[in-house]
Amino acid sequence: MASAPAAAVASAPESSGNPLIAGLERLPVAPTALVIFGATGDLARRKLLPALYNLAHDGALPEHFHLIGVSRRDKSHEEFRAECEQAIRSFSRRRPDQDVLSGLLDSVKYVAGLFDDPQAYAQLAGVLDDFDEQAGMRLNRAFYLSTAPEFFGVIIGQLGGSGLSRRSETEVRVIIEKPFGTSLEEARELNRRVLSVFDETQVFRIDHYLGKETVQNMLAFRFANGLFEPLWNRNYIDHVQITAAEDIGIGSRAAFYDSAGALRDLIQNHMLQLLCHVAMEPPGSFTAEEVRNEKVKVLHAITPPTPHQVAEMAVRAQYTAGHSGGEDVPGYLQEQGVPADSTTETYAALRLEVDNWRWAGVPFYLRAGKRLARKVTEIVVTLKPVPHLAFSQDGSLGVQPNQLILALQPNEGVTLQLVAKIPGTRMIIRPVNMEFLYGTSFLSQSPEAYERLIMDVMRGDPTLFTRNDEVEAQWTICDPIVATWAHTPGPLPGYEAGSQGPAEASEILLEGQVWRAI
Amino acid sequence: MSAFAQATIGEAAWSAEGTTPDAIEAALRDLLVRRARDERASSHGGLVPARVLNMIVFVPSGFAVETSRRLDGVGRYHASRTVVLSYEPERERLDARIALAAEEDRAEGELGLLRETVVVEIGKRHLDDLVTIADPLVLSDLPTVLWSPHGHTSAASSLLELAQTALIDSLDETERSPNGWRSAMGHACTLSDRLYVVDLAWLRSTPWRERVAATFDPRPMRSELESLSRVTVTHHRDSTVAAMLLVGWLASRLSWDLGGARFTEAGEDVLAAAASAAGGEIDLQLRTAPELEVPGLQTVELSSGSGQRVRLDRGPGGLRLHRRALDGHERESTLLGASRGEGGILGEGIRQALLRDPTYRPALNAARAMLA
Repeated sequence: MASAPAAAVASAPESSGNPLIAGLERLPVAPTALVIFGATGDLARRKLLPALYNLAHDGALPEHFHLIGVSRRDKSHEEFRAECEQAIRSFSRRRPDQDVLSGLLDSVKYVAGLFDDPQAYAQLAGVLDDFDEQAGMRLNRAFYLSTAPEFFGVIIGQLGGSGLSRRSETEVRVIIEKPFGTSLEEARELNRRVLSVFDETQVFRIDHYLGKETVQNMLAFRFANGLFEPLWNRNYIDHVQITAAEDIGIGSRAAFYDSAGALRDLIQNHMLQLLCHVAMEPPGSFTAEEVRNEKVKVLHAITPPTPHQVAEMAVRAQYTAGHSGGEDVPGYLQEQGVPADSTTETYAALRLEVDNWRWAGVPFYLRAGKRLARKVTEIVVTLKPVPHLAFSQDGSLGVQPNQLILALQPNEGVTLQLVAKIPGTRMIIRPVNMEFLYGTSFLSQSPEAYERLIMDVMRGDPTLFTRNDEVEAQWTICDPIVATWAHTPGPLPGYEAGSQGPAEASEILLEGQVWRAI
Repeated sequence: MSAFAQATIGEAAWSAEGTTPDAIEAALRDLLVRRARDERASSHGGLVPARVLNMIVFVPSGFAVETSRRLDGVGRYHASRTVVLSYEPERERLDARIALAAEEDRAEGELGLLRETVVVEIGKRHLDDLVTIADPLVLSDLPTVLWSPHGHTSAASSLLELAQTALIDSLDETERSPNGWRSAMGHACTLSDRLYVVDLAWLRSTPWRERVAATFDPRPMRSELESLSRVTVTHHRDSTVAAMLLVGWLASRLSWDLGGARFTEAGEDVLAAAASAAGGEIDLQLRTAPELEVPGLQTVELSSGSGQRVRLDRGPGGLRLHRRALDGHERESTLLGASRGEGGILGEGIRQALLRDPTYRPALNAARAMLA
């Protein structure tokens, strides 16, 4: 059974009615104490701390901003500050300004403790109260769960038990990293636990893809350009391919990756979100609830496969030894920390259909994999071919239906593949590209996704976060595939590292359709 | 090395004496075609022409080096194509040079942006035909910003028809007297009637405006806006207009009527004025801060009838906020933010050419009332 109703209205950004905010790019943020659980982990070091520094550099943090790191290891405030400084110096997108960095570090404290230890929360409450006293006001509180997923429920429970989840006169918010469960049942259970402590309006489930400028730009592209909307339906679109390919292997993430796999790591969350952005109806307004309502409608329109349909619509595989970047690289089963009999997929491809008026009959192909030919994340919309091609095929090269390619990384942009005449005396045609490169058309550097998302949490804007019903709808689609694969013995099909992926991936394509080269 | 030729890429440069706009444009096109061909042949390329914004700069030749240095400081906010009209009255011949430049500090795997700078040396005899010189050199269909950092208003104004935005610095145009301030703001208004104006004097106050807005954002504080009784702004000796714009902003956002300003008995370092609002009269003071070495503001202080006071001071690593609460209790905190420096402010001005701030013109109109 789904969790609490999703239609709860998110709190409006707090500045409405302030006559001084008109025309300002940086809107006010309420004084906030941000608590990061798992503050010594990789995500905090590489992403969260640099994001906080860059917000401070831009003057975007509120008047009173305090950061509290919580982790198991014993260390002093000073030691933790030194670690924060090192992380910021190593991973910030900008060279730190010493005065700003020192100012930010002055606001940092550390609490050591086990996540299931009520004493740690009592100590945390004390530190938070001290900050309030120091500021002379009650600060908003945001708890960022940047831990291994098995601790999410534990921390939520402890926050509830210690009375830290609610507070009068201020906002208390919780930010939950992905993965949100590893199955539908787990996601539901986690939602149940979260919503037994917090209201949905307090919960911010992060999918950092949604904070990327290029993902947000997809909505602008679709809904602010009259050119595409008339074509954006089953009458003109043949199929859609969404690809998230990486050229790297699993690196040092064997423990995490082997328990997740490509489907859980990328498809269940990021790629289904991208699909929603392609397929959703225009929202009436760009408010959190309207946008998320439209995305949920798309997810509900995708019929989950039955166990015996899985083989027809989903493919999984593992990379084998091969070559990448001119080097010999090992296969997945030879990677350090991976069990020799692992059946975790490093490649997954799905064919999904969105059964609604706009999209019925249009296949959406999603594929994600490691150790593929190159790193690319893109959405390719292939239009139906023209009904009759009057030009001579003799001498024409690679003529194919128009494709619209939305590149998310690297080199974000939009390419429209057209057909043009080759200069000369004969009417011979070939495909050409009309290209828009995001980076060439704007002066500003895109902020890191986490900068935007942390600001949104502090401002109480959940538009770019996944709602409870959304995450469950995502799992409803993926769960039968996960379950079927779990009961299908290995070994998995292989694909050579550095290749286009397994040959078996073509088996899920409908007739006449081919994978776009990675 | 001539001005405006920073970070030139290999042979991708061109110069000619006694040339024409058509020839310059053809040379530019040829350079870009050659560059694109080289890119395709290169296995480690990744440079593409930026296509965001044109910038036309009109500058007396004696200031060309200084202006070039200022543009070098804007970092990634360079216009895609900068057309510099370097003016030397006696010059008879049209000389030109082109440089293609790329960012040096791009991240691995990131596209590098190629920016074009065209310097055309012109004389008095060319002033009547400036548009026909500049027009062929700007990229079609991109917005164009016009910057004339050292005056020559009449010459530059003939270029307005090519631009959608004028970049000005009311500080540059100010003689330190009410007449000077009146003239600077009058010029900004006249320009605003024709096109969008980005005023660096206004941008210098952006962090102050953001922080004032944030300080009064909590609902209990917001009501204090209605009972403000005194506003004091201290500023660099050349930044009176920036201070007036900040007061004008408050006046326009809070529906105050600003009265005329006058020097106080303290001399020409203190300007006083009054505003009337629904909540009563507001005393306004603009004070010169002789110790401030950089253009802009030093302090903004707002006091309300209830006894609360908020003061923002310029400081290292951000603005320092002092609050006095109703009970007289005082608190301080630092509002973190890195200094942008003058290069950063100019870069911000270029970036703002692509945006629209609806609050500048009302603030300007309100500020002018102080000098009526």
